[in-house]
Amino acid sequence: MCGTCGCSANSVTVPLEQRVLARNDDLAQRNREWLAQRDVLAVNLMSSPGSGKTTLLERTIRELGGDPAVSVVEGDQETAFDAERIRAAGCRVVQVNTGAGCHLDAGMVAGALDDLAPPARSVVFVENVGNLVCPALFDLGERHRVVITSVTEGEEKPLKYPHMFAAADVVVLNKTDLLPHVDFDVDTFVRHLDRVNPRAGLIRLSATGGAGVETWIALVRGWRR
Amino acid sequence: MHEVSIIQEVVAAIAARSGDARITVVRLEIGKLSGVVADAVRFCFDLVAEGTVVEGARLVIEEPAGRVLCRDCAAEYEAESLVVLCPACGSAYAEVLSGRELRIRSVEVSPSCAVPAVAPRTP
Repeated sequence: MCGTCGCSANSVTVPLEQRVLARNDDLAQRNREWLAQRDVLAVNLMSSPGSGKTTLLERTIRELGGDPAVSVVEGDQETAFDAERIRAAGCRVVQVNTGAGCHLDAGMVAGALDDLAPPARSVVFVENVGNLVCPALFDLGERHRVVITSVTEGEEKPLKYPHMFAAADVVVLNKTDLLPHVDFDVDTFVRHLDRVNPRAGLIRLSATGGAGVETWIALVRGWRR
Repeated sequence: MHEVSIIQEVVAAIAARSGDARITVVRLEIGKLSGVVADAVRFCFDLVAEGTVVEGARLVIEEPAGRVLCRDCAAEYEAESLVVLCPACGSAYAEVLSGRELRIRSVEVSPSCAVPAVAPRTP
């Protein structure tokens, strides 16, 4: 129908056949090339709020001890608390505040990478906004996607948030030091994870206590080699 | 609520290709396994569309079901979510074949007509 008078003659269907996320995916591809040119490994860390992403990062920075060099893109809706923690751990960091946004997108990461200027042969960890839904959809140009969950969150998380767990290369099960105090059955969790992503690696660790952290560190070093 | 971002991407993509034409219909394809909730897109569309080239456009969404392949027995079946069990053998090991579509199919455009919307009248 014509938009001016309502006549039926003028309406034309214009096929577009375009991916909705084409713009993000193009920017992500550009990030991927930018990172590859500099031989920088980017890892996207995703989880719900409070699963221990920042604590694991602090531990990782300490354990790696500069070999390889690490820098961090911190995504949060508001505040720079996490960036300050990472900086205090002795690491280069750029904070991205998404405001109302619930995830990082490839454009935000492109800007952050420019500011960060990570050195060659280093690792960039991107700490995504704490959210088990939205970040799963947005390719940032990372090489690996890690989903962190913790034993205080319940073993059914992979079934409740299948898109997020399906997107992971590796799942880190954090806060295992609390297992004696919570009602969390690791085998049930693994069974649930297998239902949505049988290919994902699984590392059980305690970022504060240190148990299992060496497996994670070896994995990151292996990715870097 | 990534559906708002999704609509913003849709609006930007259409605006980049539509010029001044008025868009009357927007047709999207949102697969059941895409991670985007069609109802949430419908809910926010008018709000995000306000003041853009698609303001007032009718939104039509196709929602193709998912097809998955059982990795254990090779049966192919339909899926409404990523949490599946093979109806043939009960296995949860599955590979998504389709259902992740997230596309702008087409728009309906109505070029401005020579006749003004409200014809002037002299008293």
